[in-house]
Amino acid sequence: MQEETRGISGGTSFELVVLPHLDAAHNLARWLVRNPHDAEDVVQEACLRAVRFFGGYQEGNARAWLLQIVRNTAYTFLEKKRPGDLTEEFDEKVHITEIVRPDAEAALLQSVEKLMLTEALEGLPVRFRETLILRELEGLSYKEIAEVMDVPIGTVMSSLARGRARLRETLLAARDKEVQRGLQR
Amino acid sequence: MVCKDNALLLHGYSDAELDLVRSLEIEEHLKTCASCARELREQHILREGIRSANLYRRAPEALRARITANQNAVPTPAGGRSRAVTPILRTAQRRPVLEWLAVAAAVLITLGLGIRFIPGVLSFRQADLVAEELVASHIRSLQPGHLMDVVSTDQHTVKPWFDGKIDFAPPVRDLAEQGYPLIGGRLDYVGGRDVAALVYQLRKHYINVFIWPDDGKQGNRPEFVSKEGYNVACMSSGGMRLCGVADTNAEDLRQFMQLLLR
Repeated sequence: MQEETRGISGGTSFELVVLPHLDAAHNLARWLVRNPHDAEDVVQEACLRAVRFFGGYQEGNARAWLLQIVRNTAYTFLEKKRPGDLTEEFDEKVHITEIVRPDAEAALLQSVEKLMLTEALEGLPVRFRETLILRELEGLSYKEIAEVMDVPIGTVMSSLARGRARLRETLLAARDKEVQRGLQR
Repeated sequence: MVCKDNALLLHGYSDAELDLVRSLEIEEHLKTCASCARELREQHILREGIRSANLYRRAPEALRARITANQNAVPTPAGGRSRAVTPILRTAQRRPVLEWLAVAAAVLITLGLGIRFIPGVLSFRQADLVAEELVASHIRSLQPGHLMDVVSTDQHTVKPWFDGKIDFAPPVRDLAEQGYPLIGGRLDYVGGRDVAALVYQLRKHYINVFIWPDDGKQGNRPEFVSKEGYNVACMSSGGMRLCGVADTNAEDLRQFMQLLLR
């Protein structure tokens, strides 16, 4: 425990540690629980816990520290309210097969729209989803993600790899479907 | 085909997370491997797609205002124990009808079950109060300087430390090999009596295990409660009641308690 953090009162900790990262907290919660009302509940709960927990805040990375609390709060919420969300398995056999991809797929990926991307991301198992959100939207380093998720850095890299593979296949499948629908019309 | 050995490292490379030596290796490889080069290009496209799609969900102003207001309404001193059980009001405000229905149902059920079951209800409530105290104590222990009175990873140091401080000998086991190193112990006060608290670590989390002689008042069945985002797991063994409290998920805590009692 560092000396300077000991003296900081709850109010100061809140202003310095929590408020600047409220957008990050909300973004993560929103993507984890996939519902605006529940996301707000999770953020509020996490903020309360952050203030109570301030004794555990040691290093300088306030955002990662807060995000870790948000994540734990979201998981506790999901465990209670929607345990099914946490047990979604990643079917390796189906999804990690090597497919020969024509270069045209790169063009397809490029034309993917926001709605489709949102749906594909929300369809990912929660652990892959959170790694991708922390990396691509929050821009955290592997080390910071490892801290937030409480896993080794190697696990971060493999979750990212698997999440991206799955996301790409979902997007290509959705895109294919759309193209075919267009042709049938 | 993506080269199997590089599939994973390619992600580290495109995220600029590899060390210099590995980065250079990948760069060499990319010069001669068309499929890895294409894989990398697709990763890049996907990443740009995600980043440019405006998917970031900022906190709504109303939420920010509410959180700031909550904070200002309840000033927190550094040792803010009184805040430990402050509930979130919002859920209740949003679903008043459901809340009242739940209360009405609870009253009807209590009346319907009759006097025979009232002792059971009371002991439930008592267990609930103890859980609340345990969580408050756990939170307090995480404040600087409160976690441990005796700091030791050696069970043979921690166990005798309790001699003469409490009127029972708590079972002290180190579970470092199973991933839960014992890091110390302290005296605590829960449910109107002195209890032993052992502190274990799971990765970056602390688990407090509160131990007292099992007087049967709280029942001796395993109990799992979740309060304020903390999990509490209580079990009885060898005449002792052991309650673990942590902010890890319920399953991790349950596994830990089972190891402890094994």
